[in-house]
Amino acid sequence: MKVDSVVDYVTINIDGEDVDVPKGTNIIEAVKMVGKGKEVPHYCYHPKLSIAGNCRMCMVEMGMPMRDRATGEAVLDENGVQKIGWMPKPTIGCATNAAPGMHIRTNSEMVKESRNGVTEFLLINHPLDCPICDQAGECRLQEFSAEHGRGYSRFIEQKNVKPKRTRLGSRVTLDDERCILCSRCIRFSKEIAKDDVLGFVDRGTYSTLTCFPGKELENNYSLNTVDICPVGALTSTDFRFKMRVWFLKRTHSICTESSVGANTEIWSREGKIYRITPRRNDAVNDTWMTDSGRELFKEVEVGDRLTHYTIDGVHKTSAETAAAAAKLLKEGKVAIIASPHSSVEEQFYCKAIADRSEATVSLVSHYGATDGILQSEDRSPNLRGALVNGLVDQLPDADLSAVAQQIESGAVDTLLVVNEEVTQLGISAELLKKVKVIYIGLHANVVSEDAAIVIPSLSVFEKDGSFINQSFRLQRFKAAIPGPRGVLSDFMVLEHIAEALADEKIPSGSIDAAWEHIAKGVSQFDDSLRWRSIPEEGLELDPTAFLDLPFVETKNLKYDSAAFKEAHATPAGA
Amino acid sequence: MEHQQHRLIFKHIDEPGYTNDIDCYIKHGGYEQLKKAVTMKPEDICAEVLESGVRGRGGAGFPAGMKWKFLDRKSGKPIYLVCNCDESEPGTFKDREIVHQDPHQLIEGMMCSAFAIQAKLAFIYIRGEFFQGYKILERAIEEAREKNLLGDNILGSGYSCDIIVHRGAGAYICGEETGLIESIEGNRANPRIKPPYFPAALGLYQCPTIVNNVETLCDVKHIIEMGGKGFSEIGTPGNTGTRIWCVSGHVQKPGYYEFPCSAVTLGELIYDVCGGLKPGRKLKAVIPGGSSAKILRADERFTGKLKDGTEFDWGIEDIPMDFDSLMAVGSMSGSGGVIVMDDTTDMVEALANINYFYAHESCGQCTPCREGVPWMRKVTQRMVDGNAREEDADLLKNIADQIAGRTICAFGEAASWPVQSFIAKFKDEFVEKAREQAARRKDGKEAATETTLI
Repeated sequence: MKVDSVVDYVTINIDGEDVDVPKGTNIIEAVKMVGKGKEVPHYCYHPKLSIAGNCRMCMVEMGMPMRDRATGEAVLDENGVQKIGWMPKPTIGCATNAAPGMHIRTNSEMVKESRNGVTEFLLINHPLDCPICDQAGECRLQEFSAEHGRGYSRFIEQKNVKPKRTRLGSRVTLDDERCILCSRCIRFSKEIAKDDVLGFVDRGTYSTLTCFPGKELENNYSLNTVDICPVGALTSTDFRFKMRVWFLKRTHSICTESSVGANTEIWSREGKIYRITPRRNDAVNDTWMTDSGRELFKEVEVGDRLTHYTIDGVHKTSAETAAAAAKLLKEGKVAIIASPHSSVEEQFYCKAIADRSEATVSLVSHYGATDGILQSEDRSPNLRGALVNGLVDQLPDADLSAVAQQIESGAVDTLLVVNEEVTQLGISAELLKKVKVIYIGLHANVVSEDAAIVIPSLSVFEKDGSFINQSFRLQRFKAAIPGPRGVLSDFMVLEHIAEALADEKIPSGSIDAAWEHIAKGVSQFDDSLRWRSIPEEGLELDPTAFLDLPFVETKNLKYDSAAFKEAHATPAGA
Repeated sequence: MEHQQHRLIFKHIDEPGYTNDIDCYIKHGGYEQLKKAVTMKPEDICAEVLESGVRGRGGAGFPAGMKWKFLDRKSGKPIYLVCNCDESEPGTFKDREIVHQDPHQLIEGMMCSAFAIQAKLAFIYIRGEFFQGYKILERAIEEAREKNLLGDNILGSGYSCDIIVHRGAGAYICGEETGLIESIEGNRANPRIKPPYFPAALGLYQCPTIVNNVETLCDVKHIIEMGGKGFSEIGTPGNTGTRIWCVSGHVQKPGYYEFPCSAVTLGELIYDVCGGLKPGRKLKAVIPGGSSAKILRADERFTGKLKDGTEFDWGIEDIPMDFDSLMAVGSMSGSGGVIVMDDTTDMVEALANINYFYAHESCGQCTPCREGVPWMRKVTQRMVDGNAREEDADLLKNIADQIAGRTICAFGEAASWPVQSFIAKFKDEFVEKAREQAARRKDGKEAATETTLI
């Protein structure tokens, strides 16, 4: 991590306790830094968006040390301590920045009373349809009403009526009655997604969120507005009315859509994924992710999933299959088509297999256009992993014409394919018939049909593992749901094959046992590194060995190729 | 006793034969002050304005010279001058007359001010309903431009500044200076949070901006004419210059009357200047500074200390009409809209009317105002409709307390002060309303009485 040494700290006093916070920190963040579960309640404030200051929930009392207007000298009380000039009105925490000597009260009578007032106001026209609201359970309004509300209503008038199901775009549906007009979604669209389509129409209590005429909320980040909506106004059309959030299990994962490696959280229940949301990582994706990344779990569910280990079309056990594969590989003349979609662990054992069977290794690139935010040019999550593992030392080609030539010339007899539809990458179906194929993959396809050995694989949601993203950050993902019955994690099967090639004993099968080998075998990893010890926010690796490679990523939210190169070109400590 | 008006700003308003074209204005000595101003040093004009002590005529009464002093001149960004002609406070009708009858006075005042603060460009933000005024201003600006009184190289001074007239689309909140700025920028007139968006530093297009009321800008012209000291001799220290009182309501002769600050008392204004109440009526209450000012009850005694330490003990008729005295009695001179109510006024209905206005005008940006003000409106409307409850008075007061001081802009106060003061001073009427309605209901009659409410 680069340490910014120029951060100025100022001392402020929060509820009688002196705290050092970076200068300019707003009071909401400052109070969060105090810890101890302290929080200034807020709706419209979001750490990654501009300050709007419209919800008025984050009111605190603020005072500055008193100075004599004329002389500028400190005004002291009878104990010789500088007096604090408290502001007569509460001030909003989100727009108040820490300044030296500032005093803050987050829990005084005035503060409590103003929060209570705001809560009451927000509720008078709120439909209070929590029992059918998707946000229930993760609703800020619900939480703060319980914490700061009065618990009963004094409102006996008619509530405002607004539209209940407005389509904002194909993925987002708006319930206007629940909207508290915090404008987070508007600011997000404008500032982060750079697609300014949302705004308020009408005035006062009739203000209504809507799309600009003729526009729709259709950008690939639209579902982030649902995430940041503090209430149940913006709902995911897909998730709407499907599941109560408190029934869902949350698993930390990594988005496989591109080399950005957005941190995600998978929400599942009883082996079924209901939604994927972003997980905050300020070095990778802030608090955002793409809409397309959230739908990847659906691709796993569709199509003809491979569920059995087979040898020549006959179901076998994993051990038998691994042994058969090893036997085949031992015959030599092997080409391995590895994948940048595989995890670090899988690639490590691919590399071991390649070494032990003296195989050539090819990788196919999966490139696309960048959107400049969280979708990079490289649409695979772990190309850097293949480099770090030493599986390849060059960037991959777009197709497999080189391997095709080798098959043609008879230099290759056996092909180990990891999850690539090779018939679309330069090796024709006829050519494929000339070789024996070991196929490791998720779904049945042309390659698996004719393969001698088929090894079913698990999706990223069903296994533990790690990826290395565009900025050489090693990030861990965990299994959220079980895979098809009897299917082992991919790395285990590869491990079995690799060990069989070296006639070593059968490995233990746990991911951390595998990491004992991986940590030793890969120079970028510390010897004591284990999968379990990879921090939640990821681990930055040393990229210096790879800086000269012409990576395709140019610029996106947290990555700038030129700046990255420059930052790592100078040796540490220089 | 007859009180002679001291007409400064309104000198030629309603004068027979006085027209709003530039020739007439020049014939009456117009644009002489601009000619004088461009020969002065800008900082000297600012010093004169500061010395004059002129306070903002739009409502808050903040010293204009001080406001100009806050201007961030070091940013290197262009400075803008904006004239707030959104006159939308109920009970106020002075700026309209200036624009309609003497637009060149405003233009001259603006150009003097623009020169003083070295503004790059000036705007007049005129409320949408003033369509006639807009046309008059456009024509007046064209006339002035032809005579090189604005535009490039004004009167050969090397200083250039133009005026753009921007029409509002009919919203009270556009009169709030940061809302007004947003509106000029083409956005919804949602007031900005302060800090950090103080117009003097981050105003129009994030550049230093001065927003002044029409009357204040006209005053600048007279300050140049008579000097800051000369101007400050009108009125009393701290309350300098003249004020135009727009008297409406239950008086014989409603209208606008210009007096030096403190020159008349509220009683003199109502009884002598405006001809008193209608025959047989008694004074019940006065809102002295536009509908958002706190109401004063006719039979109250006001005691306390003025800023300078002098003690006072006034009845409503003894209150001198100036900034500080009205502040001292717990209200404000605001925009100068004096609303007089006699004993035929139903206070609940009056408040329902005011609440209707503010609920309609809330911009809806921040929670307390957006939700609270319409709530107060719904309560008063229900009370008028025949479903008043005795506890409604306390509820109203409590809602208002939850709004005032908790909002982004001063609208929160503007909307809650009437409620707070009506309840504080006429709570008995609100409670009585509920009892009356209950009694009528018991008699099998319609609970609500006929009202004249909109």
